Amino acid sequence: MASIVACSSPGEVPKQEHGGDPMQIDSNAPEQRHINRVPEGLLLTDYLRIYYGKLFPYMDMFKWLSYGNDGKHPGCDSSYFGRREFSFTIKSDRDEIYLRFQSFSNASEMESTIKAKCPTKIDIGAVYTVDPAKRHAYAQSGFSPVERELIFDIDITDYDDVRYCCSGADICSDCWPLMTIAIKVIDTALREDFGFNHILWVFSGRRGVHCWVCDSRARRLSKEQRSAIADYFNVYKGGENSLKKVTFSGPLHPSLARAYTDVLKHYFEEKWISTQKLFEHEERFYKILQLIPDESVVSELAGKWQGSRLEHVNSVRWDQLKHMLQSGSKKTQGLRRCIEEIVFSYTYPRIDIQVTKGMNHLLKAPFCVHPGTGRVCVPIDPNNCEQFDPTSVPTLSQLLEELNANASIGTDNYLEKTSLGLSVNFFRTAFLEPLIKTCKEELESAYKTKIQQSKDSLNW
Amino acid sequence: MEIVRSQRRNGSDGSAGAASLPLYKSAPSLEVRLEEFERCAIDRLRVLKAISDGLSRGKKPEEMDNLVGELWRANMKHQDVDETLRKDIISHFALRLVYCREEEMRRWFLSMETALFRYRFRLQDAEAQKSIMNELQLQYNVLSHAEYETLKDKLIQAARSVNSTSNPETVFYKVPFEDVPDLVASRRVFLLKGFAFVPRNQVVSLVCTIFRSNISKALALTNRKWRATIHDQEKDRLAPIVEALGNSYLGPDYSQPRECAEISLKDINQLASSSFPLCMRHLFGKLKEDHHLKHGGRMQLGLFLKGVGLKLEDALAFWRAEFSQKVGAERFDKEYAYSIRHNYGKEGKRTDYTPYSCQKIIMSTPSTGDHHGCPFRHFSEENLRAALNKMGVGGRAMDDIMDKVRNRHYQLACTLTFEATHAASCETGINHPNQYFVESRKIFQSKNQQNQQNQQSQPAA
Repeated sequence: MASIVACSSPGEVPKQEHGGDPMQIDSNAPEQRHINRVPEGLLLTDYLRIYYGKLFPYMDMFKWLSYGNDGKHPGCDSSYFGRREFSFTIKSDRDEIYLRFQSFSNASEMESTIKAKCPTKIDIGAVYTVDPAKRHAYAQSGFSPVERELIFDIDITDYDDVRYCCSGADICSDCWPLMTIAIKVIDTALREDFGFNHILWVFSGRRGVHCWVCDSRARRLSKEQRSAIADYFNVYKGGENSLKKVTFSGPLHPSLARAYTDVLKHYFEEKWISTQKLFEHEERFYKILQLIPDESVVSELAGKWQGSRLEHVNSVRWDQLKHMLQSGSKKTQGLRRCIEEIVFSYTYPRIDIQVTKGMNHLLKAPFCVHPGTGRVCVPIDPNNCEQFDPTSVPTLSQLLEELNANASIGTDNYLEKTSLGLSVNFFRTAFLEPLIKTCKEELESAYKTKIQQSKDSLNW
Repeated sequence: MEIVRSQRRNGSDGSAGAASLPLYKSAPSLEVRLEEFERCAIDRLRVLKAISDGLSRGKKPEEMDNLVGELWRANMKHQDVDETLRKDIISHFALRLVYCREEEMRRWFLSMETALFRYRFRLQDAEAQKSIMNELQLQYNVLSHAEYETLKDKLIQAARSVNSTSNPETVFYKVPFEDVPDLVASRRVFLLKGFAFVPRNQVVSLVCTIFRSNISKALALTNRKWRATIHDQEKDRLAPIVEALGNSYLGPDYSQPRECAEISLKDINQLASSSFPLCMRHLFGKLKEDHHLKHGGRMQLGLFLKGVGLKLEDALAFWRAEFSQKVGAERFDKEYAYSIRHNYGKEGKRTDYTPYSCQKIIMSTPSTGDHHGCPFRHFSEENLRAALNKMGVGGRAMDDIMDKVRNRHYQLACTLTFEATHAASCETGINHPNQYFVESRKIFQSKNQQNQQNQQSQPAA
């Protein structure tokens, strides 16, 4: 593997240690080289140093997490950014150190600390009553979280019992759409049901997505309220040993009905049953049959499905199942919602409840690099999430190669020289700018109210 | 409240409007004798304890309504309405003093008082409910007819999704969703752009949330005052009464295992099959099988073992022996040992975590790959029968247990399991896994003693 030397100034061509063009070392196609090259150990730290030196968007992160408190408006709280907890995971050759309660008073302090420490992972925590680094100076009751984004963590391994194409850390274009579904369903619910507007979806780097809801109303939610929202989305319940994890005792709640009609039904019927070959394999369709609380229906279908396979067997058998459940003669109580129950069991979003419930749960920062895959945790556009391909997300190695390749282009804007520039631009235009606008408006109106109140109180 | 010989007698604390259901906003200036103080507190405590018991036995809401009605009549009601109100107020504030002192106690008191308030509120007529809401300054807007018409379908759908036979309510309040977390959590209300549309019959939830939050704040204040001044002032008078009342109830939390209950690693397999409740047996079995447990399982089993008397060093050895077979000893030390020490209060903010009670375990939400939670609640019938079979339960007992499960009386099912496997009755009912263990050991130890006695009394051959 060619070593990549940091460019000290744009325009300088990096020297190769072993001579020759680095492009010739591997005979694999260029795309595969990028994917295969996941740096580890000291090499990872070296690469990260360049990444943090030239690409990590400090100013954007600062602007985001300040929520308008950048000191320019008289109504600003200049202590706000400094009260946010960050945590670092730092790898040395043998050990991994985890540092909590890091804080910075401004963007440049954050930038210099990250560049110096070169963490393999950065997590964002809550905003506390006081600077977390100084918490010991206060009584334990004086140190507690006051604001925190409403967050969601969705990991594809939580769907392992229903996906057959991959397991564990693997993902592919057949099962990734479960994440797409999760984004669509949850994003719509957050906006339509809860009225939130400033929502950031981020690729977790390997096999999942994170969601950051940043409205001030969301940041001020109590633990109990977060818990309620988590439960609102908790449709798939029960551990390893319960059989039926989704039960609808009546018509679907409007939010679930919307998810079913707009997203789940279509996806399950047109894609999922075929890509996962749900009705082609006995253990797979038996699992579905187990969700039907009527022995006679189950045995009739099981009988029909023994033996030969037809063309489009999955859609055909699904239709047979639906017909059996919907036909007039078998409308016993438990069957009425069985079809929806099956569809929801396989496709409805499964969030990590504990992540959403807590106020001090730390979550990986956007634009970190996932150490296992080398991929950057880039934002995902919820309006175009079907187009998102986790296997083509820029990797650390790829970005560095792009930097080298475009080194001669005469601009200091390194981001523009790499494919990361697109992601950062999206972050700015679709998320950051509208958010800051709202924050400034809120600051302004809160300030005006305060002035008015103090004026009133002077009128005895 | 002045518990001295003060003169002013003022029966109203500003809640006379809702004559029969006070909100306990502030302690009234009343003259109360010590004996009355203690007696009122004990009577109210009896009510709260019975509510707690009923809830943990999984009684349905209608049963609870009846229960609370009876309890109130038996313990608190007086022929004279004013007398009832007086006792109500005095007993509430007296118990505040008792239960403000520790976090666990505050939580329990808060839950029980809110439950009591909820049942009493539901029994009030619409007029009284309205005036209570006014007092709490619930300025929620009622949906106009036009608004209702636009949303009608969704509102009905939301109501039917919970109870498909409900009569459609037509009066709705538009409430910010933050104010009704329990309705949001159970998807009982329609939400639109941050507002929940609460039917009049659900307004109870709203009122209770506010009631709870008010009492919670008051408890924190009372605690501070108690520590700062009252405790010293009342060292010889109220403090002993308050302390006695506090100890008289809450079941042991098993955070400090008794000396004689320490267990060692070599006994653990045997103890698991003889004395662990099903939830812990299952986790233990899965751990032995997979050499791994997810976080929820590690917490539930780990804290249980702590409560049973497993010392930290032994716990670390135990978990390491299992996990290292899957992830290696080094990874265990790096990734898992910390959280075990955390459970024993040796890391972080050094909280000594208490083992989970049945109520907590039943309420937990296991998901894919999890094995924690209450098996009586989450196992399919087939899996549950198989698991109980392995414990040696069969025949009639099995049927009784499955019947309880179907009716969602999970703790009663566990109690019956205990009785079937120990051939003994369990009067008090199971409400904590460590309690199951302790009771089980008691039975085995007395059997051992019996055996020893029998052997001793037999003439040498």
